Amino acid sequence: MTNTKTLQALFKRYRRPGDIVFAWFWVVISVFLLSQIFDQTAYKNGAKLFAQPRFWPAVSLGLMTAFACFHLLGSALSERIEGRWREVWLWVSSLEYAGWFMVYAIAVPYTGYLLTTIVFAILLALRVGYRSAQMLMAAGGSALFTVLLFKTLLKVNLPSGLIYDQLPDGLRQFMLTYF
Amino acid sequence: MENILAGLEMLARWDVMVALLVGSIGGVIIGAIPGVGPAVAIAIMLPATFGLDPIVGLTMLLGIYGSSMFGGAIPAVLINTPGTAVNALTSYDGYPMTENGEAHRAVSLAYSASFWGGIFGIGCLILLSPVLAIIAPMFGSREIFLAALLGIILVVLAHRGQIMAAGMLGMFGIFLQTIGLDAVTYTKRYTFDQSFLSSGVNLIVVVLGLFALSQAFFLLTAPDSSPDAKPISGKLGAGFKELMQYKRVATVASGFGVILGMIPGTGEFTAQFMSYTYAQKTSKEPEKFGKGSPEGLIASEAANNAVPAAAMIPLLALGIPGEALTAMMLSVFYVHNVIPGPQLFQNNIDLVYGLYFALIALNVIVLVFLLFSTNLLTKIIRIPTRFLGVMILMLSFVGVYSLRNSLTDVIISAVFGVLGLVLKRLNLPIVPIILGMVLGGIMETKLRSALPRLKSPLDMIDRPISFIIFVLILLVIGLHIRTLIKEFKAHQPDEDHDLHDTQAR
Repeated sequence: MTNTKTLQALFKRYRRPGDIVFAWFWVVISVFLLSQIFDQTAYKNGAKLFAQPRFWPAVSLGLMTAFACFHLLGSALSERIEGRWREVWLWVSSLEYAGWFMVYAIAVPYTGYLLTTIVFAILLALRVGYRSAQMLMAAGGSALFTVLLFKTLLKVNLPSGLIYDQLPDGLRQFMLTYF
Repeated sequence: MENILAGLEMLARWDVMVALLVGSIGGVIIGAIPGVGPAVAIAIMLPATFGLDPIVGLTMLLGIYGSSMFGGAIPAVLINTPGTAVNALTSYDGYPMTENGEAHRAVSLAYSASFWGGIFGIGCLILLSPVLAIIAPMFGSREIFLAALLGIILVVLAHRGQIMAAGMLGMFGIFLQTIGLDAVTYTKRYTFDQSFLSSGVNLIVVVLGLFALSQAFFLLTAPDSSPDAKPISGKLGAGFKELMQYKRVATVASGFGVILGMIPGTGEFTAQFMSYTYAQKTSKEPEKFGKGSPEGLIASEAANNAVPAAAMIPLLALGIPGEALTAMMLSVFYVHNVIPGPQLFQNNIDLVYGLYFALIALNVIVLVFLLFSTNLLTKIIRIPTRFLGVMILMLSFVGVYSLRNSLTDVIISAVFGVLGLVLKRLNLPIVPIILGMVLGGIMETKLRSALPRLKSPLDMIDRPISFIIFVLILLVIGLHIRTLIKEFKAHQPDEDHDLHDTQAR
């Protein structure tokens, strides 16, 4: 980190690798959304322009497209920064963790919040490279703490697992309520 | 007087006290861990607070907001890594002090300056309240519309070097809030005949994706690291004595914090910088700045801690948030049907006073906690970053799923999580999206309700306050163009920095 000397420099943001890929992506998205303005919004006869349901989507998408084009122009005219595709690959690789998150969310209503959270934390800790018993126990312990805090104590609205139906009567009710 | 007592009474409840304690101490811990930050914590906690009383939920979130910067000073001073982005300038003088063997002095000064700034900010907020109560009702639909417009313009213009990107992201935010069924005409907007889009894109889901999930993805995809902070010894209360020698710097810095905290899009960052520059210019030892100057450290910490109280002013008085954290808090108000704005001072003044006292209490709690547990925090900040990523992902589930038990929300938040990661990697701002969503909604509603009273567009600015805001908008744009021309002529050398990499947290 360098010590910035002026207020202008402090607020200035600098480009990073992959900027132009994002700039293109955003232009494409903006143009596509703007092209749908007549299909996806309505025009009410007799209503004032500012009260039209189309007004704010048109203003926001129009300006978004203009800003996106200028951003792309700025990116294209800037010096190329090395590592563009390596950076894009990193973005793509983050989809794996988005997948982990979704699988976790899908599993909870079936296998229950307690079990799924502990298994999820330990497996993800293994996936990101932790092998020591200490770290795995810390992951499991944190998962247990999270369940106790949010589900048992704060009674946050989280689903109970279908798996609990297999438990004996008394225990089933207990698990359904607290875990 | 009776309003003040009602505010105190509101606070004197066990659940409010517990929320304040959890929020303040939790906020310090979160602030001290580089890689988490108050935005992540508030995003995760938001849905959990919806089931609580407004004052309980708000004090907890306020606790996190107001105390995170206290904690953020610890890694800034000890390991040259700011715990929260707004502690960035603290490391300029704090870390050299640590290198000179004065870690204890630096941390102690940071705490006392933070406390000074915090209390000063609240003092100003309390003193300004009667004025706010008079001015706020003068804000009608058109004034609030123009103030929200000014907010959006300021947020975009504050991102120098990336104004186009900030602009497109801000507009994206405004667009996002238009998706779904239009509340007045009941026509569909950008739903693509998908039923899940009919109810619109939920702000909390977007916030959780952009702030919490993106941070988890960011940490999980980056190499693992574990910051190593050495424990410190000595009495931490000693800083107060030294602070008294520099009370002018601390007070002026807090003043900057208050003034800039009220202005959307600027906040802690500008306040810190301006106070730092002021302190350096008026110091007897300006050459020591950047090499371990106590005045530099005080200026930075006093300024950033005065901001949270000041940032509550536009939120409470006008219902307009100036940055992401107050935008998140706004949703708590809405959930409980307490609408911040001019009526709040008339109908719920006890809540307003309750929040003021909560702010005072949190500063005291945090200071006492830090005086006794700084060394414990130096151990906590050693948590490996990927492990933090696992934790954030696990906690984000609570936030997203508890909202409506909807798998669609999970998918939408994951998509925004990936978008947030890309923005963070590119050093692009996330805040314009959130403020675009919130301020865009305000602008649409207020413009519509102002329309029946407008015969021509000029009627929009025919009242004193709306005219002043309009002049301010022109002034801000004019000043920006002037600065651009000056910069272009001056050909300033580039000073690439990564300050903003942490700003988004």
